[in-house]
Formats: sequence, C-alpha cells, structure tokens
Amino acid sequence: MSIIMDVMKTAVRLAPGSWLPGGTPDPLMNKHGLIGKPASRIDGPLKVQGKARFAAEVSLPGLVYASLLYSTIARGRIATLETAEAEAAPGVALVMTYRNAPRMAPPPLMMSAPKAAGASGLPIMQDAEIRWNGQPVALVLAQTQEQADHAVSLIRVTYAVAPAVTSFDAAKAKARTPENILGEPSSIEIGDAEKALKDAAFKVDLIYRTPRHNHNAIELHAATVAWNGDQLTVHDATQMVNGTAWTLAQVFGVKEEQVRVLSPYVGGGFGGKGLGDHQILAIAASRLSGRPVRILLSREGVYRVVGGRTTTEQRVALGAKPDGTLAALIHTGVAATPTRNVCPEQFSFPARHLYAANAIKVAQQVTDMDMLANIFMRAPGESVGTYALECAIDELAEAMQLDPIELRRRIEPEKDPTSGTPFSSRHLVEAYRHGAERFGWDRRDPTPRSRREGEWLIGMGCATATYPYYRMPGGAARIRLTADGRAIVQMASHEMGMGTATVQAQHAAERLGLEYEKVSFEYGDTSLPSGTLAGGSSQTASIAAAIIAVSEVLTKELLKLAGNDSPLAGLKPDEVEARDGGLCHVDEPGRFESYVSILKRAHRDELVCEAEAPQPFEMWKYSMHSYGAQFCEVRVNAVTGEIRVSRFLGSFDCGRILNAKTATSQFKGGIIMGLGLALSEETLFDERSGRIMNPSLAEYHVPVHMDVPAIEVIWTDIPDPHSPLGAHGIGEIGITGVGAAVANAVYNATGKRIRELPITLDKLL
Amino acid sequence: MTARTIHFTLNGAPVTADIKPHHNLVELLQTHFGLTGARESCGQGLCGCCTVLVDGRAVSGCLFLAVRIDGTEVVTIEGLDAGGKLNPMQEAFVETGAFQCGYCTPGFILMANQLLDAHPDPDDDQIRHYLSGNLCRCAAYPQIIDAVKLAAKKRKTIAA
Ligand code: FES
Ligand code: FES
Repeated sequence: MSIIMDVMKTAVRLAPGSWLPGGTPDPLMNKHGLIGKPASRIDGPLKVQGKARFAAEVSLPGLVYASLLYSTIARGRIATLETAEAEAAPGVALVMTYRNAPRMAPPPLMMSAPKAAGASGLPIMQDAEIRWNGQPVALVLAQTQEQADHAVSLIRVTYAVAPAVTSFDAAKAKARTPENILGEPSSIEIGDAEKALKDAAFKVDLIYRTPRHNHNAIELHAATVAWNGDQLTVHDATQMVNGTAWTLAQVFGVKEEQVRVLSPYVGGGFGGKGLGDHQILAIAASRLSGRPVRILLSREGVYRVVGGRTTTEQRVALGAKPDGTLAALIHTGVAATPTRNVCPEQFSFPARHLYAANAIKVAQQVTDMDMLANIFMRAPGESVGTYALECAIDELAEAMQLDPIELRRRIEPEKDPTSGTPFSSRHLVEAYRHGAERFGWDRRDPTPRSRREGEWLIGMGCATATYPYYRMPGGAARIRLTADGRAIVQMASHEMGMGTATVQAQHAAERLGLEYEKVSFEYGDTSLPSGTLAGGSSQTASIAAAIIAVSEVLTKELLKLAGNDSPLAGLKPDEVEARDGGLCHVDEPGRFESYVSILKRAHRDELVCEAEAPQPFEMWKYSMHSYGAQFCEVRVNAVTGEIRVSRFLGSFDCGRILNAKTATSQFKGGIIMGLGLALSEETLFDERSGRIMNPSLAEYHVPVHMDVPAIEVIWTDIPDPHSPLGAHGIGEIGITGVGAAVANAVYNATGKRIRELPITLDKLL
Repeated sequence: MTARTIHFTLNGAPVTADIKPHHNLVELLQTHFGLTGARESCGQGLCGCCTVLVDGRAVSGCLFLAVRIDGTEVVTIEGLDAGGKLNPMQEAFVETGAFQCGYCTPGFILMANQLLDAHPDPDDDQIRHYLSGNLCRCAAYPQIIDAVKLAAKKRKTIAA
C-alpha cells in the first residue's frame, strides 16, 4: 500500500502541473464578482430568532432521555455493579451496562479506512474492563432527563483497580516512535543537525511545554436517534456525517445506506464534534429499548468522553551562521497519547516546511498512557508547535541581535525544506511586511522592559502562523438546475459556523453565472451526495472542487440539451462560459442562451447532474500551506503580574479570500482561541488518578469579552494557482502562532521567557 | 414533590404550566412549550446561553427556578421579532456577522438589548464589560461589539 502510494506521489511530483486534474488555474480565482463579497450568513435570520434546531432540539414521538455513569478509575475491572435500584426508579425505561448492551464491533479507528471515524477503536461497553478514567460504565434511559440523571445516581459500582500509566513523566521515559504521524514520517533527518548545532556561531537549545486543552464548544455534544427496523436515523452534532454513517454501519452490522445522519447545524466544533462513545451508546440503547433516544452530555460529560488537545514537551534547537542563515534546525519531542489513537498532536509539522536550514532534524514520539483518546482540536500540532518553534526563533534573533522579522526573512526557503517540492503560493515575507507596517513594529524597542506606563510594562512580539492546505478526496456534488433558472447545489457537508453554505452559494452562483439569490446550497445530510469531513481546514476546497467538477458536467449536458436550434449549436464545452443565467460563446457575446430557455425548449422541469471531485494531486505536487504573521502588544502589570493583551494584528496569506465577512470572523475567532491558549486555557489532568480535575467552564477559562482587545486582520488575497478558487483553508490558521506572539511580547515587556503554557501571572512573579 | 400550577405571560400570550418546584426555567420552556432558543451549556450561570427576560430583566434560565415566574412576563428569543420582522439587534447581528455557529446568539441578543436599554450609546469597553457574562467559543466578540453599536444606531433612527 505505502509503496504504491510512494510511487504515485513521485510520479505526480515529476509530472508537469498542467497534466493534473485542475492543472490549469481556476478561471474564477481572479474574478471579482460574488467571490470575495462580504455576504451575510444565509442561516443568519434563523439563528438570531432561535429557530435553528440543533441535534438535541429535534423532537420525536416517544422520545426517552439518556444519562451516563462514568468510571472513577483509570484502569481495572468492574468488580460489582448494582442496578436494581436504578431500574426501579420512576420513569426508567432501561439500564444498560456491559452485561446487556448489544454486541457491537469497535468503531474502526480514524484513518484505517477512508470513512473510519473511531477515536480510539476500543470496544464500547462490551466487557468489564476499564481503560480510562471517565469511561461510561452504564447508561440509563428514562421519560425525562431528570429521571435518567437521578437513576444514574442510584447505580453502585465497585472496581478491581489495576496499575495505570497516568503520569506523563513516567510515560515519557518509555516514549516510542510511531510508524507515522498522520501518514507523514515520524522523523526526518537531513544532514547532521546535532553536529551543525554544536558548531554554529549562534545557538539556542530549549524545552517548551504545553498543556491539554478542551474544545468547549458552547453546544454540548448531543444526538437524537431512532431505529425503524434496521434503518437508523441520527440527528447529530458532527463534523463528519458520512464518516459517522459508515462507521456506525460497521459497529451495528448494517449497511451504510441504512444509516442516515443529519447535522444541519452544529453549535461549534473545533475538531471536537466527531463520533464518540455517546452516540454509539445512545443508538445501542435505542435498539435495546425500541425507543427513540436523546443523549445530551452534561458539560462534565463532554470532558469525560470527548478528548481534546494533548500535552506536549518539545525541544527546539536552532543554530545560526554569522550571516543569519540557519545551520541547524531541530524540533523533537513527545506528546501524551493513549496506546490506540490517531491524534498525536503533530507539533513537528511546522518545522518541516517553514524555514531553510543546512541540516534539519524533526522527530515526534508518543506514549502509552491509560487515558481518554485525544481528539483533534483546532490546528492540532501546529498551534502548540508554532508556540515552541516561534518562541525559539525569537530567542535566536535576540542572541544574534537581529530583528526577529529580519531573521525570518533570511531563512525564507526557496522550496519546501524537507520534501523539496515547490511552494504553490507562499507570500509570508510580504505578510510580515504589511503586518509590521500596519502594526507599527518599528516602534518596538528590542531591549526588554524598555517601555513602561505607570505600573504597566508594555511589549510587542510577533510570530509566524502556518497551517497546511488540505483537500479531501471522495466528495461529490449534485446540481439541480430548475426550469425557473434556479440552482440547488447539494453535498453532505457541514456548517459549524464557518459560513459553508453562504460561501458555496456565492461560489456556485459565480460559477454558473447566476444571481446569488437564485442559488441555494443543501448540506448536512447523508442522503445527499457524499461530502468530506469538516476538518483540517479542508472543506471549502473540497466542496469547491466537487462543484467545479459537476459544473463541467452540467455544461456538457446543457449543450447536448440545447441541440441544433440553439445559438449555442455545435459549440464545445471549452468554447462557452456561464454568464447572465445561461451559456455564452467565449468570444461572440451574441451566441447566448439562458438556462430557462434551454430547459424550456427541451421540455424539462430540471436538469440534474452529479460529479465527484478529482483526487487532490496538487497536495503531492506542491508544498501548500496557509501563512500568517501575528503581531501582539501586551501590558504586564509590574506589581501583580497581570497580563492584558492590548492590541493584536494578524496578517494572513491564505490564497484568495472568498467572503470577507465570514473570513474575518474565522481569523479573529482563531486568534481569540489562541489568546486562550496563550494565557488561560488548561485542562488539568490528575497525574495520579488520570482524572480530569476541571471539567467545567468555571474552572477551564475560555476567553470572555473582557479578555479580547481590538484585533485587526489583513490578508494578501493572492490566489494560489493550484487550488480551487485559488483559496486555502482559513479555519485553523488563526490560532497558530498566537501563543508565541504573546510569549514574545511578554518577554519584550518583562524580560521573562515563559516556556510553558499558559502564561499565567504566577509564572511572571 | 407535588406539582404546582403557574400562570405567566410567554412572549405576549397568557399561559399556564404544571411544574415541580425544583424545575428551572430552561426545562420549562423546552419541555412544556417547545422553545429551544434558551439552551443550557454550562448549567452554572457562567455562559449566558440560557438567557431569558423575566419582567424585562435578563436572567440565567439554568439557575432560575420556574416557580418564580408565576405572575411575570417572560420573553424569549422567539418572541423578539414582530411577526417575522427582525428586531434591530437581531438585524444588526446578521449584518455584522456577530456569530458563527449561532448557538450562543439568542443569549447575546437578549443581553445586548438590555445593555442598550440601560446605556443607549455604549462604548467598546462598556459593551465588553456588560457582555462578559456571555461566552462565545466561536469568539465573535469583535463583531458583537459592531452589532451592538449598529443596533444602537438603528434604535435611534426608529425613535427619530
Ligand atoms: S447554561 Fe445557564 S449560564 Fe450557562
Ligand atoms: S457563535 Fe458559536 S458560540 Fe457564539
């Protein structure tokens, strides 16, 4: 398998770009019509009226409510389990434990098959075994949520405790190198980086630590599920409807077509809304009880069964030559993981693509801990990896008495430093230039503690943001062109707030030459053509590629339908373009016919076409990434250590921006989550018991309004000639680099380097 | 625990409900009236996702005992528009893009309306301070400031 993949990758890399599907630049990438317009969210009116129905708000007749009981030990077996009292409690319809749960296959582990969505691949409530602290050990169904919660409190469990690995320090000592990190090599060595470091004129060699984080979407994880014979319907809050349907089919031994997953609205995902134990248990209980089931996790419940970002310890060592270029770049370390998990917190990814160095060493290890499976969280790896790398760059610049932006300019690579492939579109230096100008970087004094206003020390810092371009294979789109000249575009994709439906309606309207109001986009339902997951900032490009593919088919079909009586008669697809609600000869504006007219003459109510997006070969041929330069100004109280971010600016290079309004929101939202990462967020994990100690919004501090300063975002808006619409993903880039920009600003203000997140005031005192 | 019958006005209409003394306002609205705009997220009075107006005052529905609304006027997000015509704050939220997923939005809109009732012309810091009890994990905070200011303008135009 991997040999074939390698051969294919090499073949794609050697082939001329124009041979690839989509090998010529998308003609829309430079067009200024609907693309780029700050259109308001299509679902806006529904959402401001509280009328958008989320997964836990779908009502079904005969619904019963689920509640879960979670283990309080990390490893061992259930010794005794008393459920009689719960069974007899008012309103209870079912108590399910490993004893009576239906036999279910473990959910196939993510990446083990194209649509596999399992987070850990562990069996779910199939035996007495306990594998993490917080694992569900019983589920109760009752007529009301309150009755279910009450009955759960009546279940008595005792455990035979087994030794558990819950200390990262202990696990680290036995860290192992996994076969790969999300399909990429676990380690890469180019030259002898350690020796080059030793011999370098300037060097830093530092350890950085980052904690666990939870997504904390405001919508709690929920599903409303019902069986009808062997047909399963799941109203879910998910970023992967098709992956969920396929995986549930494997778990319950039914066909994929027998499972319908709907998820039209998701109240925030950030990577966390996938397939967890809770949906599977609710579906199992529904099967056992013959009743439709609602499961709505409590906030604590989300922490117990939905993992997040994991803790890392990273070494970054940089060696520079007197001319300011890098002799050695080393980024290695360990992330805390349970044995079976595909979320290794790929912190070493940025260092693979960001800077030129004569010798490079990156290596990532994982552990075997008894803990809840990690789940991807916004820019997994890149967010904490850029913290370490970009702080180290700042430290090196200081050692060299060089401006940190100038240092980055000197180590700007010509091609991808580890893969050797050309960059498809990289304008990082430009992003820095624009950002520095706008932010007033020239007012920064490189000497720490040199600016003070009363009690407040003021500092500035910057850091690079980076996130890969991904486009997922396997998505298909359908267009229904109706006799009244409207188009409905359908694809089972996701809207968690990114603006998917709005942006793709803009796109399809421009592509088909229709007015924006005449196009709608349907998504969030597996009965539509299969989409790809909303993850890896890939969805926009993935949907766009499918829409391009189906538009081409539609043009062909329309020309066939137009026939000999049309002004378009005899024209080939590449001789026409879509405009003004119809097709037109590229050079002869007179040869035009509207869609309405074509369909009418052919006596058709509608024309329906469907097509799959081509394979994302551009990702193999080119090194494709989003970039940004993050600028931060902080004020640190010299007496109390209190840190206030007073100004922030993100200058991004993410290809063409498709909707200025929704993009601004994505960038700023990412930056704000980054401020949380920098200053306040930490999931506290008890190293003795493996229990999460702060499973609530009271003790896990997400940024609130008062934490957020004026934020400005700007972008280069330079299209990538190798991506659909010239666009890159923008959902995750915003959080990257923020941790380092804040830490570097804190250093500039105080003279203290904080190498462990979050940067809380106690670390400054 | 015995059920009690309460009478109140819900979005302008007189209604009655039989509830237990420990039930909270969110449960009441969701289970008795099918209104889901006020939703629980933290359940601890921290996030404002469950905000409801009781006699014109914004309360956290997750901590507010339903029995206490006996005889009051309750307004939820569903009752804010005038027969489908969005209220100025709702309009402003859409126009400025003051949300992403929209899950927190009902709570923000009710709270922001109360803010404008108290301070018709708020500056950025006033807005930040007033709305710091509402969490938005999508972090549309900067656009929410824009929305509140736009709504303030809209209100003035309507009043003039
Ligand atoms: S759910 Fe009521 S304040 Fe959070
Ligand atoms: S818009 Fe998603 S939580 Fe506020």
